[in-house]
Amino acid sequence: MIAVVDYGVGNLFSLVSSLRYLGLDCIVTNKEEDLAAANRIILPGVGAFGDAMAKLNETGLAGKIKELAEVKPLLGICLGMQLLFDKSYEFGEHEGLGLISGTVMPLADDIKPGLKIPHMGWNRLEIVRNDPIFKYFSNGEWVYYVHSYHAKYCQDSILAVSEYDVMVTGLVRSGKVYGAQFHPEKSGNAGLRLLKAFSEL
Amino acid sequence: MISKRIIPCLDVRNGRVVKGVKFENIQDMADPVEMARYYNETGADELVFYDITASHEGRKLFTDVLRAVASEIFIPLTVGGGINTLEDFDMVLKCGADKVSVNSGAIKNPSLISEAAKRYGSQCVVLSMDVKRVNGKFRVFANGGRIDTGIDALEWAKRGEALGAGEIVLNSIDTDGVRGGFDIQMLMAIGEIVKIPLIASGGAGKMEDFSELFRYDRIDAGLAAGVFHTKKIDIRELKLYLKDCGVNVRM
Repeated sequence: MIAVVDYGVGNLFSLVSSLRYLGLDCIVTNKEEDLAAANRIILPGVGAFGDAMAKLNETGLAGKIKELAEVKPLLGICLGMQLLFDKSYEFGEHEGLGLISGTVMPLADDIKPGLKIPHMGWNRLEIVRNDPIFKYFSNGEWVYYVHSYHAKYCQDSILAVSEYDVMVTGLVRSGKVYGAQFHPEKSGNAGLRLLKAFSEL
Repeated sequence: MISKRIIPCLDVRNGRVVKGVKFENIQDMADPVEMARYYNETGADELVFYDITASHEGRKLFTDVLRAVASEIFIPLTVGGGINTLEDFDMVLKCGADKVSVNSGAIKNPSLISEAAKRYGSQCVVLSMDVKRVNGKFRVFANGGRIDTGIDALEWAKRGEALGAGEIVLNSIDTDGVRGGFDIQMLMAIGEIVKIPLIASGGAGKMEDFSELFRYDRIDAGLAAGVFHTKKIDIRELKLYLKDCGVNVRM
């Protein structure tokens, strides 16, 4: 059973549909006991870092996720991935969950002027370190991104990157904790295969 | 780098995909879910669904179709047609849409763009424009291309961007359904004055029309309906052809 954390941020329709399409059992939940009972956790998210972190803290889910991340696979997607890091500079400075060391910074500060923000669309995912999450994925397959901030200073945890003037952190891992900046649930068959591999970790 | 996108557009009426020429002579073509499956398998980068039914019953059929497609096709879905309020945004997003395209609704009430961008983010708001030449000027038309609003297309595009639209779909009524190529002149007029991604629509007839289109950096995507629906152009073949032409496409 995969628990999809529902903390009122973003639209879970595609994520839940993609897990069901793969024949995976999942529950959309904001209850700590459901997270404890599941064997895997997905932390989705769209929107602003500060608001999302505040919601996770208010509900007590932040503490529970941190505790469970040591014992079961966790996958953060998009904003959910960014929340895994130490802090973010999106509209101020906000502390994250601190599960992976690194900082989330504005992409606009690092790419050449004229390139569009958000980094939105299909880009190739280039594997820099092999991992069981790539069991059904080939180097250079295309994934779908929509984001304006990116994770930096996380060299030790980077599994894959995409080029958008700079090398954008695409997929990270530290211990049992994984994070995808792109949306596997919107990345066609390639994305489904990454989710399938996550379900088998 | 981000790829150029190929986007089939499905006009849906009473739960079926239909197609007209110059917005007229509408013909029944196929089941939307089957068609979405086919496009997903052949490599479409995104799908656009326009609800061209006006009735309440049609609306219900449309959201059923959308939910069915979004349950098994995992690429970005854009939805348009009859979007007039934030409630309309909410309804289609809950049925699995990723982006919502506004047209006549935003002409009547431009703050729809800014309010939706504030609530859902600019990446979610697509400004769709139906444009036609009138006395040598590009003019915005409303209600499926039937009503001349008198609004200058260049001004409307700039205003849409300023209000927070994340993308523009520019449909040339002059080239729509004629299959004589995209309206490069109209596209460049708009492309030169806005920074947000620009999607070309109206006029695709053969593969060369797409390679010609993507010679222009400012154009991010090509949208078409009839040529894909009738399989006159197969998207997989089109992408192989574009790749050979040096265009960055997702294979």
